[in-house]
Amino acid sequence: MDFNFSEEQTMIRDSLARLIREKYDFDTRRGVVNSDAGWRPEMWAQFAELGLLMAPFSEEDGGLGGGAVDAMVVMEEFGKGLVVEPYVPCVVCAGGALKHAGSEAQKQEYLSAIMSGEKVFAFAYAEPRGRYDLADLETTATKSGAGYTLNGHKAVVIGAPWASHLLVSARTAGSRREPNGISLFIVDKSASGVVTRDYPTVDGRRASEVHFENVSVPAEAVVGEVDGALPLIERVADEATAALCAEACGTMGVAHKMTVEYSQQRKQFGTPIGKFQVLQHRMVDMFMEHEQSISMTYMATLKLDEPETERKKAVSAAKVRIGQAGRFVGQEAIQIHGGMGMTEELAVGHYFKRMTMIDHEFGNVDHHLKRYTALSAEELPAAAE
Amino acid sequence: MNLEFSPEEVAFRKEVRQFIADNYPRDFIGDGARDDLSREQFLAWHKILGEKGWSVPSWPVEYGGTGWTPTQKYIWSEENARADTIMPLPFGVSMVGPVIYTFGNDEQKARHLPGIRSGDVWWCQGYSEPGAGSDLASLKTTAVRDGDHYIVNGQKTWTTLAQHADWGFFLVRTDPDAAKPQEGISFLLIDMNSPGIEVKPIITIDGGHEVNETWLTDVRVPVENLIGEENKGWTYAKFLLAHERSGIAGVARSKRGVEKLKEIASTELLDGEPLIRDEDFSRKVSQLEIDLSALEFTELRTLAGEAQGKGPGPESSILKVKGTEIQQRLTELTMEAVGNYAAPYFRGFPQAGSNEYPIGPDYAHAAAPTYFNMRKTSIYGGSNEIQRNIISKMILGL
Repeated sequence: MDFNFSEEQTMIRDSLARLIREKYDFDTRRGVVNSDAGWRPEMWAQFAELGLLMAPFSEEDGGLGGGAVDAMVVMEEFGKGLVVEPYVPCVVCAGGALKHAGSEAQKQEYLSAIMSGEKVFAFAYAEPRGRYDLADLETTATKSGAGYTLNGHKAVVIGAPWASHLLVSARTAGSRREPNGISLFIVDKSASGVVTRDYPTVDGRRASEVHFENVSVPAEAVVGEVDGALPLIERVADEATAALCAEACGTMGVAHKMTVEYSQQRKQFGTPIGKFQVLQHRMVDMFMEHEQSISMTYMATLKLDEPETERKKAVSAAKVRIGQAGRFVGQEAIQIHGGMGMTEELAVGHYFKRMTMIDHEFGNVDHHLKRYTALSAEELPAAAE
Repeated sequence: MNLEFSPEEVAFRKEVRQFIADNYPRDFIGDGARDDLSREQFLAWHKILGEKGWSVPSWPVEYGGTGWTPTQKYIWSEENARADTIMPLPFGVSMVGPVIYTFGNDEQKARHLPGIRSGDVWWCQGYSEPGAGSDLASLKTTAVRDGDHYIVNGQKTWTTLAQHADWGFFLVRTDPDAAKPQEGISFLLIDMNSPGIEVKPIITIDGGHEVNETWLTDVRVPVENLIGEENKGWTYAKFLLAHERSGIAGVARSKRGVEKLKEIASTELLDGEPLIRDEDFSRKVSQLEIDLSALEFTELRTLAGEAQGKGPGPESSILKVKGTEIQQRLTELTMEAVGNYAAPYFRGFPQAGSNEYPIGPDYAHAAAPTYFNMRKTSIYGGSNEIQRNIISKMILGL
């Protein structure tokens, strides 16, 4: 057992932390979030230059030879800085799908471009009526000549306004919610029939509703197995979930630190409120939640390559714990900041909002507690009688 | 970063598992309630481990420790939990032992360490008093110097298993006029057979006799039984409490407890189906398992830090708080799982050899008493509120 970071990982962490400190302070971020674009392509280019976009990929694929732990390191730092750029959808999800199941030609064309920052992907997996069920799909891809025609509506596609390409799940066979009959497609966002409606999210990012109106894609656009993409989608979603857990750890840590510092400065009844035991114990509880979140993030990240059931249980356990921790730390941070915590001006509220939305991405606490329980039930000996 | 065990560690686990299977005296100790065991039953495994050289793994090798890595110690405790062993009690092995080899003189080490290792000498802890619980430094038991002796007077309480003890380590006040209450305290080793010591049972809410009141009236203690310097006892006491906190998480035991809970809940029925398949109940079990996993990996991170020479710091307070919360929730759920048969009370009630039919399943008998008993865990060893004070002060700097 080893919980140490490699030299490369430490280097990534240090250089990214420096970049965020110097170019991603809270006021700068506020300006970016409120700008028309809502992100900084030049910052994405800097991430590429630092090697962040190629960190989790093997050397054969043209990456730096890292893996999920490298993505974890990046996302924890992103969480500390409330970075809005789409690392999870583009690098972890689309990059991950290509890494696991992409053809050589697809890797050449798309994975290299993701690593260099030239192409930006968003992951269009959710639908308006599907909630967190990755198989609950009404979007269809019907065979037409050598390729497919896509029709349907994808919901809250994070980062889509900034994307050049979309990774889209659609039904090629079977009925709604059936595990079989799902395929994954690469779609150029400028293709005819792709209609998007862009909007900001409550936590400072951008997303789109994406409509496919008879969009033609060639057969080479399919990633992985036709009709059999669900296991791949689940794997990528688990990797994304672990990355979000890491982001939540970074976010929680900062919110906690801000709260402790605020409690040492803010005076009431003639004394810093941090001297009150009732608040001290709550800040200790926040600390314990944060520490346990780090532990769960390590656990889930290190189990991403385990067999399916073990991987899913580990990721769900982490997402449950971190969803609960994030809610607790966020709510307490606002409460202890008092009225100031309610203001748009202070950073702490923005950390609260990001933690809140992380719970909603790729399945909330209830969803993952249910998935964990169902997987545990499968492991029980069959009922007697 | 990785979670793999090395081939050496895998081999070590195999060796340990085999040793426990071959040597643990299960027939002699039985599977009864812990505090109903006799002195000999309590010490049986300790003595076997003493002969093997495994009774004090965490001690420095020069004093009889095994030199195991933190991972090996983790494997050792996992395997013992898996086999439901009655481990050596902490009072000698993890409490006074480390104080003696760290602060004691050569004579004290030579006299006391062998008996702790072998399990021949039973130790108890004389810390708390009726008026000094969480505020331990307010203790009033006095030791007054009289030639080559201290004369000790006072009352200690919650003295765990003192009914079996040969020796006790006591915090006593040697300077009543010290500027701070912490500064007038000394750390004394006292022979429990000394005239003037009286041990009276306290029966706890589970019906067990685990703790005692210990009265000391003009007890003559030779000065050679003073550890370190007079009036510096608080330093040694704090050192001991830090040791007590590490390992207090009880992860391996709780993991075993979850397995047992699942077995029980697979047997118990609700609406004709196994209770474990009930949506509400199974989610409570899931939440418990998830929280236990968070604790386990927090402990592993702490162990990894220790392997790199970072001693158990104030972070170990997290392990105490979360570990005891989980132990309590586990016993609570186990009692819930048992249902109606949580009610019958059997302690001291003749069952063995009785011709009557048994009442309820075997696993039900201890469920409620264990739940009652485990409420102690968030109170002892520095209550969970005191642990929060420690984190607040030492880590958050508040």
